[in-house]
Amino acid sequence: MDQIKKLQAGELFRKYGALIVLIIMLLINAVITPNFVHINTMWNVLIQAFCVLVISMGMTFVIATGGIDISVGSTMAISSIIFAKLLIEMECSFFVSILAALLAACIFGAFNGVLIGVFNFQPIVATLILMISGRGIAQQFNNGAVISFYGNKYSDIGTYRIGGLVPIQVIIVILIIAIALFLAKNTTFGLYVQSIGDNSTASKLVGIRTTAIIVMTYILCAFLAGFAASLETLRICSADPNNIGNNMELDCIAAVAIGGTPMSGGKTIIWGTVVGALVMQLITTMMNMNNIFYAYALVIKSAIIIIALYLQKEKTQ
Amino acid sequence: MDNEYILEMKGITKQFSNVEVLHQVDFKIKKGEVHALMGENGAGKSTLIKILTGVYTKDAGQVFFNGEEIHPSSTLEAQQLGISPIYQEISLIPQLSVAENIFISREIKKKGFIDWKEIYKKAEEILKDLGINIDVRKPLRSYGTAIQQMVAIARSIMINSKMVIMDEATSSLDDDEVQILFNIIRKLKSQGISILFISHRLPEIFEISDSITILKDGSLVGEYPTSSLSRTELVSKMIGRNAEDVVNYKRTNRQIKDEYYLRAKSIKSGVKLRGINLDIRKGEVVGLAGLLGAGRTELARVLFGIDHKDSGSIEINGKEISFKLPREAIKYGIAFCSEDRKVEGIIPNMTVAENLCITNMKKVSYFGVINKRKCSSIAEEFVKKLRIKTPSIAQNIKNLSGGNQQKVILARWLSMEPDFIILDEPTRGIDVGAKKEIEDLIRQMSSQGISILLISSEFEELVRNCDRIVVLRDGMNAGILDGNDISEDKIMNLIANGNMAVGGN
Ligand SMILES: Nc1ncnc2c1ncn2[C@@H]1O[C@H](COP(=O)(O)OP(=O)(O)OP(=O)(O)O)[C@@H](O)[C@H]1O
Ligand SMILES: [Mg+2]
Repeated sequence: MDQIKKLQAGELFRKYGALIVLIIMLLINAVITPNFVHINTMWNVLIQAFCVLVISMGMTFVIATGGIDISVGSTMAISSIIFAKLLIEMECSFFVSILAALLAACIFGAFNGVLIGVFNFQPIVATLILMISGRGIAQQFNNGAVISFYGNKYSDIGTYRIGGLVPIQVIIVILIIAIALFLAKNTTFGLYVQSIGDNSTASKLVGIRTTAIIVMTYILCAFLAGFAASLETLRICSADPNNIGNNMELDCIAAVAIGGTPMSGGKTIIWGTVVGALVMQLITTMMNMNNIFYAYALVIKSAIIIIALYLQKEKTQ
Repeated sequence: MDNEYILEMKGITKQFSNVEVLHQVDFKIKKGEVHALMGENGAGKSTLIKILTGVYTKDAGQVFFNGEEIHPSSTLEAQQLGISPIYQEISLIPQLSVAENIFISREIKKKGFIDWKEIYKKAEEILKDLGINIDVRKPLRSYGTAIQQMVAIARSIMINSKMVIMDEATSSLDDDEVQILFNIIRKLKSQGISILFISHRLPEIFEISDSITILKDGSLVGEYPTSSLSRTELVSKMIGRNAEDVVNYKRTNRQIKDEYYLRAKSIKSGVKLRGINLDIRKGEVVGLAGLLGAGRTELARVLFGIDHKDSGSIEINGKEISFKLPREAIKYGIAFCSEDRKVEGIIPNMTVAENLCITNMKKVSYFGVINKRKCSSIAEEFVKKLRIKTPSIAQNIKNLSGGNQQKVILARWLSMEPDFIILDEPTRGIDVGAKKEIEDLIRQMSSQGISILLISSEFEELVRNCDRIVVLRDGMNAGILDGNDISEDKIMNLIANGNMAVGGN
């Protein structure tokens, strides 16, 4: 009897480890962080988690194929500067600007995907190329200078609140999560992604276009990076190719890992990633609001990641 | 205390997520005997062994080894006690050399450094003892399955084992290799080592085993001296009903219309295929016989577009074709059930339903959106049709027994409703009862006009099912058998001597 109970507790942790950590984080914050239990704090957490949430949806698919994309931060820089340059300096229409930013992101995603899917580069090496060169490319667009546009006609879009209450980012992120869930659970694309990550040889033999699917996941990931970057640029009314998306790849990968998607591929656990991204953001919020020294903050962050991963590790039978 | 038994397992019970797969099983092996463990797919054989070797922990029961109660919690621990498993799927490291594989984790050291000279010498000696002469410095992957298995055995002998466990170790060996393995088994036996032997091939059981324990649905049926059982009695006990029809089951000659589905002429590819001809008519079952390395699987891979031919031509329905990818072959209505279930077949962490429907996504999806209900109903249909033993179609395929995984893969290709299906060792790891069902299915499909290429190392199986048998040797045609000419002896003869008549028809 006791043994059965223990087993079930283990099972529970493995399945919901990340969620349990999230709830504990919320409870701890509610107690120790001043003003934490306030709707505006909640909105802020979500707004700040926006980029990680959006991009880690794409990262989940990439990791599920057995790959990884460490160039998302650089892709953000490129999209952000293209978007601002066209919109503000060249006074193109909003539509054209965002389309160009997204297109650029997709091209870079395709570059990653082709290196990996067609030429069989190791994913981490292939995306390292863009990670390193991407920021350099971004700086070329405006000679390394920041584009700011406070007080401009576009400067209020990013802080728009629907009904004066719900930040626009929250609605968008919910939509994107819903689409990601649908892709993962109900489409052939989602199934093929997992199949490739689980057994790529068998996947080829059952007739899956493995190369095309792999390329598509990297395009998807880059597209989401470009999209998040454009919205972030609007919110902070500035495009800074040196700083936007710094360490974004690490936060996204951590979110996916905390969420329980195995790094070896084969599974897309979208809900897990959502929870993982929120955990990451809550840690940061907690550190900031309690004025914890940055170096300590990093150590605490790692400790929480370790706990989350430990809770979910596979038990032997 | 001296004991007649090397191993005694008492009252072993094991559940997986509330499904009982072993119920109070008693199992004993004497010192120096070859003991066969028999039972249908999913009877619990591998589970019992995994409990013995510390892979799983039992829920109840006791295990005594050499008179002492043991509780191994890992394979390593079991090995240190003298229990050496040789798994269904070989678990060595292909990139490492043969010698490294034998000595890994117990390297011979001299002054703190690994003494390679000594290791190579010892490895060579051990293998020579087993009657195998190979270069132990070469990576393991440069040798075939049989040699790899021998290396696994050499490793277990090296670590001083008292009992060797072979869970379907012969399933990927051909007849000659099985004989080499049996010689080794006899040698081990004469040294007082016990062997636990699992195989679904009845002739092997009767040749090598001294006694047989039978499991059915996780419960013990009984233990018998091998000499006291006939084939029919053994199978009847395994499947729990009179097995006359399963055991005594003969071929029938059929009349096939002269309408060709596939004509392959002088197919050459690399060093393995050196000009092979093959014709298959509509609704015909053609068998491919030959030793490992004769080019059977290689030919199948070329036909299915996995590998490519260097020269020669392939005509399907009178039209010359050449597939660059498996997906093109699939579009053409061709299915290929590969022999390597683990590497080329199962997608381990996906469910039975997903594994079954994955070649069929066109049929069960609409603009890329999967119709899950349709997928489930196809899966349910085949689970019933092939009697696949699984708690539900939502179970991950890796949790099914080996034979049931094989059935799912087979169902995957059948559900595609192909015009032509290549079956490479389709009954590998499948129990006798299920084998009969699959053979019935082959016949049934062919009578619906589906052409079938059947590759099998079991001559019995070829003789029972094929309308024609093409024998290959060293990548070339060695002869063709037709109608009343088909017999095991004649196949063997052709493999050994050949009649170099250029095949084709
Ligand atoms: N890890 C697992 N989780 C859930 N069920 C399992 C697991 N391993 C085995 N089973 C179930 O236990 C039963 C016995 O499986 P086992 O592999 O022992 O059969 P087997 O006798 O070796 O069959 P085969 O002849 O096909 O190899 C099967 O029904 C299988 O589905
Ligand atoms: Mg088994």
